[in-house]
Amino acid sequence: MTDQAHLFIQKEAESAERPGKTGPRAPFSLARLPDAVTGWLLSLPLALVLFCFLLLPIAMIVVVSFWGATEFSIYPAFQFDNYEFLLTSPVTYQVFFNTVKYALITWAITLVIGFTVAYFLAFHVRTLTWQIILFLLCTIPFWTSNIIRMISWIPFLGRNGIANSTLISMGVIDEPLEWLLFSDFSVILAFVHLYTLFMVVPIFNTMMRIDRSLIEAAYDNGASGLQTLTNVIIPLTKPGIMIGSIFVVTLVMGDFITVRFMSGSQKANVGRLISNDIALLQYPSAAATAVILLVTVLLVISILLRFVDIRKEL
Amino acid sequence: MEKRSRSFYTLATFFALFLLFLYGPTITIAILSFQGPQGGLTFPMRGVSLHWFRDLFEQQAVGDIWGSFSRSLTLGLMVMVTTVIVSVMGGLAFRKRFPGSGAIFYLIITSLVIPSILVSLGVGLIFSQSGLAVHWSTSGFGAQLTWTLPFGLLIMFAVFNRFDKSYEEAARDQGANAWQTIRYVVLPIIAPMLIGVALFGFTLSYDEFARTLLTAGSYNTLPLEIYGMTTNVTTPVIFALGTLTTAFSFGIIGLFLAIVVILNKRRSRHGSDAGKGMV
Repeated sequence: MTDQAHLFIQKEAESAERPGKTGPRAPFSLARLPDAVTGWLLSLPLALVLFCFLLLPIAMIVVVSFWGATEFSIYPAFQFDNYEFLLTSPVTYQVFFNTVKYALITWAITLVIGFTVAYFLAFHVRTLTWQIILFLLCTIPFWTSNIIRMISWIPFLGRNGIANSTLISMGVIDEPLEWLLFSDFSVILAFVHLYTLFMVVPIFNTMMRIDRSLIEAAYDNGASGLQTLTNVIIPLTKPGIMIGSIFVVTLVMGDFITVRFMSGSQKANVGRLISNDIALLQYPSAAATAVILLVTVLLVISILLRFVDIRKEL
Repeated sequence: MEKRSRSFYTLATFFALFLLFLYGPTITIAILSFQGPQGGLTFPMRGVSLHWFRDLFEQQAVGDIWGSFSRSLTLGLMVMVTTVIVSVMGGLAFRKRFPGSGAIFYLIITSLVIPSILVSLGVGLIFSQSGLAVHWSTSGFGAQLTWTLPFGLLIMFAVFNRFDKSYEEAARDQGANAWQTIRYVVLPIIAPMLIGVALFGFTLSYDEFARTLLTAGSYNTLPLEIYGMTTNVTTPVIFALGTLTTAFSFGIIGLFLAIVVILNKRRSRHGSDAGKGMV
């Protein structure tokens, strides 16, 4: 008799000895169900939500991307007009280029800042209490409103804002700088402001799990601080860097509100292309753009996921 | 203790500047929201007053701030409770691999990385094409869950990865059934982390914009209302509103952190070892 069968019989015997309150049969118990059934039952609510509000909407977008539209309504069809228009229009390529540009620049800046901040927290702050306090200080803005945080830049960057008046009074410039607000500069500044903590958190998390004796070993073997950083810490932090990169790149690529607000509607990215179509009730065209955006984002993610096993990193 | 190196001071300065960058703008609008009645959107301050806060409490010329606030609050609580329950169940489910668990896991990741406007657009289209009215408590609620659940689940996965299973085995050995094991052993141990999940659930919903944009219907949530104001309000009243809602968020964060601290203190006072079952 196998052990499992033996256990099973033993369990049956036990439940027979302890009859349930509801009747002669043993009470319903999750433990006696096969693992697969327990797993399905427990993840049922999750699967339902994701099916109704993630899978179905994606399917709907794909379907609608083949539909047609008049000025006031949309009608079911199966035509490639939306894609044809998109893929032959130079605007599309320009906007995609802009989107990738924002993503790359923001990624580079948030990576440098995020890594430095996490490195300071993980290796230079000595007590756990202070690490927790300073880490919380870095993450609290995540739980506040993005829109308010964008609005907060207006008094800084405006024509008569703090930045310009300070620079003028210091004699650095004579005329107010026009490119501070409503430009690529302000868009990227807002992105960095909003999303750097998405780099800090995973990188800090990975760094805290690095075995400190590895670093001491590196020093003992005569490695300089820089060598330890590049040969020990950075390679070991790679999973955190990848997870942070996934967050930042997808958030920036899918954004439409930051670009709209911080550029004063003067710049465009794919998200704005979609939201403009939506505003004009051109849902099929918006859906086609959305499909292309989704494919792009998923491609980028699948490349980044090759460098990290997320399930192992949690 | 060994002496601080020069790189420590360089990095500490960098960190301080980062915090200034993070909080500076918020502090600035908090100061500017106390502008006098003649004041504008930037410095100089023209007097100090509560004028713009008073403006918020009076009948609004545009929008419905307090209505949208109460809707955001209700929705935030709904999303919070759902996120905690569904995340705990999902976390328990994912402790063992089951057929389909890989697919659900990738769905969770997709839910996290998908551009918000796609969820908004897709959910909006489904509701409009099937003749249902979009409403913040139905379509808006579901759309927000696709943003809060991945965070809740990732936290639960991390929690259960570090969970010491011998506590459960001990409970089972003492004759606890599955439900009793979860109710009296697992849940108390993970309680502080559940507060964290609740915090994510509430605040992410309370501030969510993009996923609610096309799914909230004719009654706005607060972020939608604020966004509407940015296009047609050019007085510091918007700073006053921003300051109030940020202060509210800080209050909520403080409340959740306080609960965690109190929970931990009570445990150590009662000599319980609950919460130490994490390895």
